[in-house]
Amino acid sequence: MGFMDKLRNRFKQNAETEEVSEKYKEGMEKTRNSFSSKINDLIARYRKVDEDFFEELEEVLITADVGVNTVMDLIDELKMEVKRRNIKDTKEVKEVISEKLVEIYYGDDSQQIEELNLQEDGLTVLLVVGVNGAGKTTSIGKLANQLKSEGKNVVLAAGDTFRAGAIEQLEVWGERAGVDVIKHTAGSDPAAVIFDAIKAAKAREADVLICDTAGRLQNKVNLMNELEKVKRVIEREVPGAPHEVLLVLDATTGQNALSQAKTFSESTDVSGIVLTKLDGTAKGGIVLAIRHELNIPVKFVGLGEKMEDLRKFDANAFVYGLFADMLEDE
Amino acid sequence: MAFEGLADRLQSTIKKITGKGKVSEQDVKEMTREVRLALLEADVNFKVVKDLIKRIKERAVGQEVMESLTPGQQVIKVVKEELTALMGGEQSKIAVADRPPTVIMMVGLQGAGKTTTTGKLANLLRKKHNRSPLLVACDVYRPAAIKQLKTLGSQLDMPVYSLGTEANPVDIATQALEKAKADHHDYVIIDTAGRLHIDTDLMGELSEIKAQVKPDEIFLVVDSMTGQDAVNVAESFNEQLDITGVILTKLDGDTRGGAALSIKAVTDKPIKFAGMGEKLDQLEPFHPERMASRILGMGDVLSLIEKAQENVDEKQAKELEEKMRTMSFTFDDFLEQMGQVRNMGPLDELINMLPGANKMKGLKNAQLDEKQISQVEAIIQSMTKKERQEPDIINASRKKRIAKGSGTNVSQVNRLLKQFSEMKKMMKQMTNMQKGKKAKGMKFPFM
Ligand SMILES: Nc1nc2c(ncn2[C@@H]2O[C@H](COP(=O)(O)OP(=O)(O)O)[C@@H](O)[C@H]2O)c(=O)[nH]1
Ligand SMILES: [Mg+2]
Repeated sequence: MGFMDKLRNRFKQNAETEEVSEKYKEGMEKTRNSFSSKINDLIARYRKVDEDFFEELEEVLITADVGVNTVMDLIDELKMEVKRRNIKDTKEVKEVISEKLVEIYYGDDSQQIEELNLQEDGLTVLLVVGVNGAGKTTSIGKLANQLKSEGKNVVLAAGDTFRAGAIEQLEVWGERAGVDVIKHTAGSDPAAVIFDAIKAAKAREADVLICDTAGRLQNKVNLMNELEKVKRVIEREVPGAPHEVLLVLDATTGQNALSQAKTFSESTDVSGIVLTKLDGTAKGGIVLAIRHELNIPVKFVGLGEKMEDLRKFDANAFVYGLFADMLEDE
Repeated sequence: MAFEGLADRLQSTIKKITGKGKVSEQDVKEMTREVRLALLEADVNFKVVKDLIKRIKERAVGQEVMESLTPGQQVIKVVKEELTALMGGEQSKIAVADRPPTVIMMVGLQGAGKTTTTGKLANLLRKKHNRSPLLVACDVYRPAAIKQLKTLGSQLDMPVYSLGTEANPVDIATQALEKAKADHHDYVIIDTAGRLHIDTDLMGELSEIKAQVKPDEIFLVVDSMTGQDAVNVAESFNEQLDITGVILTKLDGDTRGGAALSIKAVTDKPIKFAGMGEKLDQLEPFHPERMASRILGMGDVLSLIEKAQENVDEKQAKELEEKMRTMSFTFDDFLEQMGQVRNMGPLDELINMLPGANKMKGLKNAQLDEKQISQVEAIIQSMTKKERQEPDIINASRKKRIAKGSGTNVSQVNRLLKQFSEMKKMMKQMTNMQKGKKAKGMKFPFM
């Protein structure tokens, strides 16, 4: 069975995936069109697999914000593969390209779907971190709504005590999702808010506590220390927590996203990524680089500003979305 | 990490060339390839890089580089010149309408930093230009966006015009303008909701606001961490609104900021200001030539020097050098020095302006704790005048007293004393060394 068939089959295996893929297709229309039409265009123009072909392929990938290093590695591997299989026709290369890209996503574990680490019993604590304006608070609102609709009892902690209006913003999301928000006044110590929120979540026998934090640029040492302190409070109060540290990344971000993923991981041990604003024209290729270089999985993607616009990240669907045109062509 | 400065990148190529005598076209090709990678790593848009590389190659193959004794440095010089030319000159003027009020519109993607920048701009207009702006809350979509602007307004003690979230942004802007005229405000700054450049409805709303209030400035606010997509965003906003300028935010981060170059290239509109922090006074004029260095990973040395010059006066510096040389440097001088360094701003910010600082992990985490510095200050302040001048007299009982007075312990006092004496030794060495070097003419390796 060819690679494309495998991918297609894996896709048809469950109906839910089908639905997910539709939503991806919608949200990622722009991304997919430009990306795969470029690759198709490229393949149509070049019959021969030569240096020019690879150079142009490199362009396609770089404009998708795939990290430069990742692209270089990928191109090297492709060149080797093409040589090994003695491929002369660009059409065949198409297969190899997708294969390699998918390999980066999946690693060895091709069936892995990135689920949230939710506890069966007791409180699950999620800590949400990221730079300013990435979409933390919005994603928390969406996530709270999603978890609540799954029957979970959710509490939110207003840990951004710094930015003007941040507490009120989370409160609006709390109202929309119908979940409680634990807050202190603006300017107070975020660690203290989180401490109280944990107490409140325990008292209410909540299933999930989602902790919002103020946006911070990763090179601000003092602010990163503050974040570590927040995490220590959670560790101390709930054994085994935080069960997830979610880094919220704006898909529009370029190579700095790697630095964000790296530095936030160093101080808070990031377990997953929420990739927001994929409804724009940004390609989200940075996901590849982050998987490739730091091995952090993407768990959710943001596809708009409404409460429903958060999707579980599904690597299959994501890659299928990127390559849908190519697959359907065959 | 993946980020290397251009100079680092060129190192190996340069090594190959030196010793060979002549630079071949192949060498130039390799060098321009490194330049290309450096620019791409800095998020400069692909097409922009392509054009640049073409020009750089033309110049590099010519005499300028190939006949130079230091081809590597020559390439960097050419690249820097090309980037600086593309970035254009410094332009941080804000329009003034013939008949007040002057109207400024803030536009951009979600999360770019429009609201904060609105506050900063208002602050700047009042502080530097003695103006009295009216802020207008037109973001009726994002939860608590109005509250955010109102909070900034009250921090600045400036009025904010709002009609709540039910009103139409076009009406809000129109009525705000009337209000500003009635209340004799000379500036009106309209904060709009973040939106995607491909959202036709919301982009249409901006056009309508523009048609109604006829703004004198439309600032596109862009996150400096933006990747390749910056060109699409800037191009769309500019096409639909004919923006008058750009404000780049979050430049206090560690991004290379290649988006700046891309935006300038596709819009040809000046980048006027840069957001340098979350506080309301952290909006600075944008310096194109410094941005060029930063994109190339050469650090914002100029800003650092400027900051130092702002804070250290010439005479003091001379005195200090004399003291360092004659070893008469005391704890009092030390305290004063620390004060000066602190006046320059938070230490981590300073460190980040240094070239290569990103890579120096140790530097980042080690000595930068402001708390530690406060402790050192407390210890010195607990010394008597005599102890500060002659630290040798500090015996065990004195140490105990100092520790107690400063809320530290004896081993911390010991550590500081040791560091101080080592520092004095080092100073002497350094001043001697500098004298030697000066004679030969000291030069930065890549400037
Ligand atoms: N188009 C779009 N906008 C988003 C998405 N996620 C967040 N936003 C917007 O991005 C802006 C910043 O979000 P916010 O949650 O306040 O970011 P925070 O500072 O990280 O908490 C807001 O205007 C959000 O509505 C997304 O997936 N798509
Ligand atoms: Mg927030």
